[in-house]
Amino acid sequence: MINFLILPILIPLVTGVLLIFAAKRIMLQRWIAGISSVIAIIFSALLVQKVRARGIQTLDVSSWEAPFGITLVSDMMSALLVLTTSIIAFLCLIYSFWSIGEAREKFYYYAAFNFLIVGVNGAFTTGDIFNLFVFFEVMLMASYVLLVLGGKKAQLRESIKYILVNVISSALFVIAVAYLYSVVGTLNMAHISVRISEASQGTPPGIITVIAVLFLIVFGLKGAIFPLYFWMPGSYYAPPAPVLALFGALLTKVGVYSITRTYTLFFYHDTGFTHQLLSFLAIMSIIAGVIGAIAYWDIKKIIIYNIIIAVGAILFGVSAMTTDSLTGSIFYLIHDMIIKAALFLLAGIVIAIAGTSNLHKISGLIKRYPGLGWTFFISALALAGIPPLSGFVGKLLIVKGGFEAEHYWGAGIVLMSSLLVLFSIMKVFINGFWGTPRAYKGEDKVPVGKMLIAPVILVIIAVFYGVGSEYVYPYISQAAETLANPEIYIEAVLKEY
Amino acid sequence: MEILMAFVIGILFMSATYLMLSKSLLRIIVGTGLLSHGAHMLILTMGGLKKGAAPLLGENAPSYTDPIPQALILTAIVISFGVTAFFLVLAYRAYQELGTDNMDRMRGTEGND
Repeated sequence: MINFLILPILIPLVTGVLLIFAAKRIMLQRWIAGISSVIAIIFSALLVQKVRARGIQTLDVSSWEAPFGITLVSDMMSALLVLTTSIIAFLCLIYSFWSIGEAREKFYYYAAFNFLIVGVNGAFTTGDIFNLFVFFEVMLMASYVLLVLGGKKAQLRESIKYILVNVISSALFVIAVAYLYSVVGTLNMAHISVRISEASQGTPPGIITVIAVLFLIVFGLKGAIFPLYFWMPGSYYAPPAPVLALFGALLTKVGVYSITRTYTLFFYHDTGFTHQLLSFLAIMSIIAGVIGAIAYWDIKKIIIYNIIIAVGAILFGVSAMTTDSLTGSIFYLIHDMIIKAALFLLAGIVIAIAGTSNLHKISGLIKRYPGLGWTFFISALALAGIPPLSGFVGKLLIVKGGFEAEHYWGAGIVLMSSLLVLFSIMKVFINGFWGTPRAYKGEDKVPVGKMLIAPVILVIIAVFYGVGSEYVYPYISQAAETLANPEIYIEAVLKEY
Repeated sequence: MEILMAFVIGILFMSATYLMLSKSLLRIIVGTGLLSHGAHMLILTMGGLKKGAAPLLGENAPSYTDPIPQALILTAIVISFGVTAFFLVLAYRAYQELGTDNMDRMRGTEGND
């Protein structure tokens, strides 16, 4: 029994509770939040090492044995995602110190921030489908608070839509779990997988396919895949940069992780319909995202649409279901979390300087802020997947996996999309950073140097992640191994099977 | 009994959908409430309905109800209670700030072409 893997959930939870009591003392809040997230990073890094050395770690909460109680499971994929989450959380936190404003800090910003991390880490770690729902709700509740905090008109308006969409998708989640429970009679994910295998004997009954599609709708709504991303550009437009970075880097990725988990662990027997559908939706997401990213002249909107493209690329790799493509997907997933966080934080600095996110009204920033310009340039290249930066390896493996699975069209579109991603982000660079410098109102008050710390660290991580992919590869390939062979996961959780 | 419940759930979902498609914010919130009621009833039904048995896991009990759906519903009810309370407060605040509860008039984003 190792209690290690509950720490990335427990540390932010305790911190969040403490911070509620320290609400009016800003410096104290900053110190508590900062130190606790550093501790969380250390423990999640140790967890990754432990999973690397000893295989999948499990924890039966309150010692109720595996199929009966709630089990927390840390395989390599979830351990890596928890580590990435902790790092991004820490960097978004220090970025918040100089940008979020005293009013928000006094009204439970840091507490809500920590509860969001509880939900995200919990969703990555849990091995129980209903517990996943609960952690989703923890995460969503915190995200409602973060979205509406500040109470501007746009925020209130967008929060209503965001909450409505999420309430409906939560109800669908409960419905999908109820159906699944009536068919398999268990909630433990490994046990569900075993029961579905027993029930299917070659081809699964139709009801399993229905449940698979229901789960796709539920997680697709959170993860913003093709027909279900409609809420995202509006809702993500409203909150300030660090919150946006958290949402863009973490929330949608939880949906993507859940699709990956359920589609590789539960519904892998008959990939004919479900994975075809997933692959089609992934491709459509890429296309829809590319259209949005090219069409808009708004720096936030362009990056938000790039989230949809990345989600499509990752899910295309998942739908191909070869070890290569799964490795690529995990590689790309982690890359995307890092680089989206960096881009949103950089966009936040640009908006803070210029006072607008409209590209027509911004120009010549690189002259006065060379550091900002170059950081943005490198992260733009990384986003598009220029070798040797971090996006390259992931995309290469996804495309390779796509070719192996004979999805030539899909793999082609993933390749093509890289060019258009480069175009969309270069549009931001050329219009925003080149050209004649302008004077903006109130730009002297922006602490650009301090705000740059977090995105620069993120970009450095992204560069090392790409250049040092040789060292990262064993970890990722261990994660993909577990996804490609669900028996490893099942054995680790249920022991006697 | 399960058939009857299926109809009840269906009617709840139907009314919820109708309410959520209306323009008034309060009706939408009532709709989300009905939707989660429907979902909770569905969990109960999916666990199998039994008359007159307690959810106990006794060694020699002749019959007992499955306790898991009840535990799930309890959790789901608490969560939907919290979300509905938050949603109501948000709706009131939005009404104060925006001066309308009509969803038609909450469209678009200002300051953005």
